[in-house]
Formats: sequence, structure tokens, C-alpha cells
Amino acid sequence: MYDITIVGCGIIGASLAYQLSQYDLQVLVLEKENDIAMGTTKANSAIVHAGYDPEPGTLISRLNVRGAEMMEDLCRKLDVRYKRIGSLVLAFDEKDRKHLEKLYDNGIKNGVPGIRILSGEEAREMEPHLSQQVCAALYAPSAGIIDPWGLCIAEAETAVRNGVTLKLRNGVTGLEQREDSVVVHTESGDYETRYLVNCAGGWGHEICALTGETEWEAMPSRGEYYLLDKSSGSLVNHVIFQCPTAAGKGVLVTQTVHGNLLVGPNAVPVKSPYNRETSLDGLDAVAAASRKSVDGIDLRQSIRTFAGVRAVTSESDFIIRPARACPRMLHVAGIKSPGLSAAPAIAEYAAGILADMGVTLNQKANWDGTRTQIRFKELSQQEKAKLIAKDARYGRVICRCETITEGEIVAAIHSPIPPCSIDGIKRRAGAGMGRCQGGFCGPRVLDILARELATNPLDILQDGDGTTLLIGETKGGTKA
Amino acid sequence: MKYDLVIIGGGPAGLSAANAAWEDGCRSICIVERDRELGGILNQCIHNGFGLHYFKEELTGPEYAGRFIEMLQNTGVDVRLDAMVLEITQEKEVHIVSSAGGYEVLEAGAVVLAMGCRERTRGAIAIPGTRPAGVFTAGTAQRYLNIEGYMVGKRVVILGSGDIGLIMARRMTLEGAKVLACVEVMPYSGGLTRNIVQCLDDFDIPLYLSHTITDIQGKDRVERVVVAEVGPDRRPIPGTEMAFDCDTVLLSVGLIPENELSRGAGIQMDPRTNGPVVYENMETSMPGVFACGNVLHVHDLVDFVTAEAARAGKAAAAYSAGKQLSTDHVLDIHNGNLVGYTVPQHIHMDAWFAAVDVFFRVRAVCGESCITVTDETGAQIASFRRERMAPGEMENIKLPRVLLERAQGAITVSVEEGSK
Repeated sequence: MYDITIVGCGIIGASLAYQLSQYDLQVLVLEKENDIAMGTTKANSAIVHAGYDPEPGTLISRLNVRGAEMMEDLCRKLDVRYKRIGSLVLAFDEKDRKHLEKLYDNGIKNGVPGIRILSGEEAREMEPHLSQQVCAALYAPSAGIIDPWGLCIAEAETAVRNGVTLKLRNGVTGLEQREDSVVVHTESGDYETRYLVNCAGGWGHEICALTGETEWEAMPSRGEYYLLDKSSGSLVNHVIFQCPTAAGKGVLVTQTVHGNLLVGPNAVPVKSPYNRETSLDGLDAVAAASRKSVDGIDLRQSIRTFAGVRAVTSESDFIIRPARACPRMLHVAGIKSPGLSAAPAIAEYAAGILADMGVTLNQKANWDGTRTQIRFKELSQQEKAKLIAKDARYGRVICRCETITEGEIVAAIHSPIPPCSIDGIKRRAGAGMGRCQGGFCGPRVLDILARELATNPLDILQDGDGTTLLIGETKGGTKA
Repeated sequence: MKYDLVIIGGGPAGLSAANAAWEDGCRSICIVERDRELGGILNQCIHNGFGLHYFKEELTGPEYAGRFIEMLQNTGVDVRLDAMVLEITQEKEVHIVSSAGGYEVLEAGAVVLAMGCRERTRGAIAIPGTRPAGVFTAGTAQRYLNIEGYMVGKRVVILGSGDIGLIMARRMTLEGAKVLACVEVMPYSGGLTRNIVQCLDDFDIPLYLSHTITDIQGKDRVERVVVAEVGPDRRPIPGTEMAFDCDTVLLSVGLIPENELSRGAGIQMDPRTNGPVVYENMETSMPGVFACGNVLHVHDLVDFVTAEAARAGKAAAAYSAGKQLSTDHVLDIHNGNLVGYTVPQHIHMDAWFAAVDVFFRVRAVCGESCITVTDETGAQIASFRRERMAPGEMENIKLPRVLLERAQGAITVSVEEGSK
């Protein structure tokens, strides 16, 4: 019997697992995919929003500002890339300028620190490549950029190291409510738990439906992006937004923590959170909108296009409350933007509600909420030399674009949540994230995965289950 | 550790540069190669057709590389395998890491850049659709087949008619796959004519010119692609879509010189070649640093890489022996009508040479044409006739010193179509 079962291991499930791992509880996390961070967490703007967007008084506004406040310390503890670079919302005309004032008022009411409205000139002084059409900008120094899947993986790994159980390939198929517990049926087994938390992201309504009741409508909204080469990464030094519309916060232009330039997203209603395709029209719209903000964006420097789906629902606020038809289940659902920014605060808040629902939160004596990761590229010459002397695998660079060594890849494979795919390695170690997009290192990473996992190379996946890369041996057979 | 010459890359360019430098008396040379063996990408090019110009015989890629590796074995050139260069400093210190040697700093008298190139990816050309497994660059697929021994798919559509794509069309067919189509966005092929004939025509693989892939579909693995005709603006024309059921897409959509180290060293780059700007002796804007092969500009034939790299090797040997060239009198080469780029971009007029080979590509297919070289006064200093030129085939003209000495200011290479 578990005390708490979390359904879904994206950024919200992982944040909650990390939060709960510090208490004396048996916690289980169920994830339907073959790895964690597989939904919206791996495809989003990677921004920590300052918190001037949400309407004052909402749960979103409170958790956004609190989350942004917690993020720096959390990322330091977990060794996750995070940079507080500040954001600018651009105004191009009088109407936009009015909108900035509204955002400024929101920000003040929400308690966003340090925000102010700049003239077009002042904004261009901070950001030389801003369009000449910019007539004013809202500056929010507390906004930042982050590695979203990095945070999710760090939190989940740390939770697992502190005793949380994670089960992959366990999509929830049914719930059976008993007097003092709930039995969760999955594709791979049944798990009895005292309490249950719905952190299923875009699939949250499906988990809710298993209680026999529909509490909200899912209204998934897709956003498409261009990711540009690092040679474009320093085009802007802040997160550059346009004025938000009903559809979303509009197309942004930002550096990423990895040093690339990210441009997007648009907002397209889709039927399913699985709809993560890009479209010619969508990418064109993103390209056109980004050029309005910043001069000199060269989309020929694109190294990848991708799309993510926002977990938008028929409710305007985050849905964090006990399920109507299942009092032992807490919904943490409808976590659309700024869900990533709010994630640590959502976890803190959800833990509080679980306590109200009857969970006893006793601090563990030996909880270690920290984690470190070796990033060869970021070490000094002396540190690199020392590391190679200790473990020669750090002297073998596998991913030449990102300078990722065999040592880092092997460490990722033997981490608390071992990846089974090339993209799983990419999310953990960074191999294949660069300009050749795994063209050179893909076969080598595949080799190392097969060797370390003692499995047939033919079984190594690109990403999710079914994403087979190799279909068999050639006529001449393999080198082995 | 000190070397007179450090060569970065042990592919065809690096090997040729090393042999040439040794031949010219340079006795302290180190090749740094990131792979486990020398030969570079030739090792996975198991088809024939290499060496027709250089050796006057037809070799496979590994055989061609083998000839140079053998030559190297008779020299005292040091080779660091499985070693990655992290940085080249202004002082020509080459920082490398390897499992065997740890972190080393090689102090180089001269450096030859011979890092080669990488393939453009799906992301670079932003093909819309889902992101299933089964989309490979042609070179990556070639590695899986020819080095690792694995097949990557059964029903294949190839985007781009670059040479690697054409070679892989034949290779996949010989391994039992069905290559449904080769799709090229331009109205002409980017590959060599002989490869179109031997790799597509001979196997009845249709080539769709002025077409592109507009959509890739598939949940986990590629299931279908949509191909459409494009207009002169290279945008798809609605209503021309054709669907192909396939499990694999191979991309052969261009090569990009790998110049991250060159940029890091602050070497001046040419946005047209994506390689360093060089003088006639292959020297870059950083004195004592030379570039050759696909890191300088993308070649069609390895034979030309070998010749170019030999020039770089000789010049680097001369530099490290103290024969440094003055840049007091430099002749610039500009690009005129229909000329996409030239290599070199500058000529040291104080250097000793009898003639300079200028390599360039045209920007469009040209029928009977005249290549002219003019100076700033408009005076024509040389002209050359060609029956046909295409962007996929590198052109070469030889400019004798006597003619170059006549030029007033910079010279411009232009192409005029039609017979004069």
C-alpha cells in the first residue's frame, strides 16, 4: 500500500514527487511513457515568467510569483541550468502601450519585484536588435530561462534517490475506490494507495473521467517553435515577448540556457495533446511574428523545429482541488502556462492540500534534496584534466557539437532513472542537442546504450516506445 | 608538447596535408583525429569512383584513404586518434582531450584546419509534420549500413539529390529496400551526373525535380510523406501533392563546413562558403593557420580535396620553417555575375607562384558560357569557355601570374551565358 500515488511524471508530477520525498511517506509515481518529461515538459518556451500576466487574485498569479521566487534556489540545489535574464514585453502602438500599463498594474498587485515601463529608446539600449517600431516595453527583471526537462529529471531522480518509487510504462486505465484506499489499475499492474494525485498534464481530464465524472473540458493548444544555432544565441539578452492576446502570450524570442535562440510559439487549437506536429503555416506565422520584435533573426540558422501542447482547459485557473467523485484524489490539472514557472509553488501548495485531506507530513531525518551533474564542457582545464585522469571515459568526446563525453553518457545511463532511448540520453546529458542534431553522435550513443544496458542495438529506440531506428542487419551483417 | 605543424582532422584533407608537409621537409607534425581511425568519412564510402583524377584509377573510399594512410606510415608524423580538439587559441595552442592522453595543449608552429563538414538536418530546412523515428541524414544512414552493419528502413523517400543521397539510393536498393523517389527542390540535381545515372536511372528510381517534402507523418516511425511541386519561389504549389507510404526519409540537403573551432579562434569567415577566407596558399586571416578540404568549402570530389590539402600542407610547412608571406600586396577576388563564391578570396602578390587555381561554383545551371576575369577598370585580364556548368560541379580556372600582375585593383570572376 502506498500513501500517495502520483499519476504522470512531467514537471508537475516530478515537482510534487520531489516535494513529498522529504516526508515519511510511501510515494509511487506512475508514468505511461518509457521515460519521464515526455509531454509538455520537453516542448515549451523554457521560461520562468515573472508573474505580471495572470489576473490578480487567481491561483495562477499567486503560484506563478511564488514559483519564480523559489526557482533560483531550487535550481542551485538540484544543479539545473537557470538564468535570471529578465524579460521585456514590447509595445508597438498606443493600444499595446495601454496593455503594458494593465500588465504593470497586474504585476504590482501580484507582487512582481522590480517591474517598470521603459521607452522604446531605453528598451533598445538594453536590446540593440529590437525593432525600431518598438515604442515602449515592460521590463521584469525577475523573469528567467531554465532547462525544463532538466528540472523535471533532477527532481524525479532526487525523489527516487530519497525513496520514491517510479514506474514507467504504467498508463492508468482504471480506478477502484475502496473505503480507505484507491486501487489504481494500469497497463502493467494494480497499485493500492491511500491518496492519489492527478498530474497527468494534457491527459488530466482522462484521469478525472475514470472517477465517472467530467469536471472540465480539455482544450489543448499547440505551439510551434524554431530552435536556432548557438551562433544566433546572443542576438537577444532578455526574454522578448509581444503583448499577450486571448490565444496566449504570443511569439517570444529568447536565449535558452543551452545558448541557442528560441523563437515561438503560435497557438493552434488541437484535438489531442499527442498532436505535436509542426505545420508550414504555423512555422510561417512564428517566423513573421518574431521578425516584428527583433531584427536580424536568421531562420536559416534553425537546427530544429518542434511543437508542444499546452494543457489548456475550460477553466481559466489551474485546477488544484480534490476530485468531486473521488475524495481521495487530488487534481493538479489544467497546468497551462505559466505552469513551469509555478511548478515548485504548485508542489508546495498541493502538499498543503494533501495535508488537509489527511496526509501526515513528517519530515524524514535523512532527506537529501540536492543533486549534482558533471558537465565536462563547463569545467576548467584543470578540472577536465583531473576528471579524465580519474575516469578516462571523460576524455572521449562523443557529441562533438555540444562536447559531451562518454563519461557523461554512461553516467546518464546509470542514473536513478535510466533512459532507454537516444533522446533520453539527449535530455539527460545533452548529446545530440547541437547543430548536427545527433547525425554524428547518434550511432555512437546507440552503441554505448546497447553496451551499457547489455541489449541488442536493434532494440534501442529514438524516443518513445515504437520509435525503432534500425530494422535489422545488412546482408554482410554487423561488425561484431 | 610542441609541433611545427598540427593538423586538425585525419580525413582525406588532413592526410594529404600531412604527407605534403612531410615531403617538403617538415619533420614535426601531429594529426589530431576525433575518430578511432584515420580516413574520415571515406571509411563509410564503400562505393567506387574515388581517385579517377588523382590516381587515374577507380578506388573505393577506404581504398583511397588507405593509400594516404600507407604513405603516412613511411613518415614520422604523429597521430592522435580518438582525440578531440576543444580550442585553438590566438597563440596557436591546440587544446585536445582524449582518453589516452587526457588534457593536452599542443603548441603549434602552424596549424592546418581539416575538420570537414556536417550534413544539414531536417531542423535546418524545417520540414513540417510529426517527429517520428526514421528520418536520417544520408550520411548517418550510410554509417549505420556500412560501418555498423544495420539497415535503417524498407521503403525510402530521399529528399535532396546531393551525392550522398544518390549513393544511398543505390546502397539501400542493393540491401533490399525500395527507394520510392528522390525529391529535389531545385530544378536541377545537386549531385554529379554520373551518380544520377548510376544510382537512380539504373535502378528506375524516379527523380522529381522542383519538388519537396511538405509533410512527414507517423506516430512512432515514419508512415507517410507528402511531396509537392514547388514554384520558382521554392514554395509548394497547392494541388500538386503526392503521398508516399514509407518508413524512412533520407536527407541529402547540403553540407556545412564544421568551423566552430575556426570561429572560436576568431578566423575571418566567408558567409558564401561557410568556410574561412583564404589566400592562394590556403592561409586564413590568422597567420600560420591554413584551411583545406570540406572545412574550407564543400567539394564534389575527394581528388580535389587531396590537391588542395597538399597546397595547404606545403604552405604550412613553409610557414613553420620561417617563410612567412607578406600581406603588403594583396589582390582581392570578387564574385561577379552567376558566381556563388571563389576560393581563394585573396592572393599574396609578394609570394612566388607561377599561377593561381581559382575554384568557384556557379549559382545556376549554365549552358555554353564564358568565364571572364576583369579588374577594377573593367579591363578583361582572362577569359575561359565552358560547354556547360552546374552548381553541383565545382569549376576551376588557372590564372597565370603574368596576367594577375596586370590587374588594377581587385579582380572579379563572372560568368556570361551564350556564345560570343
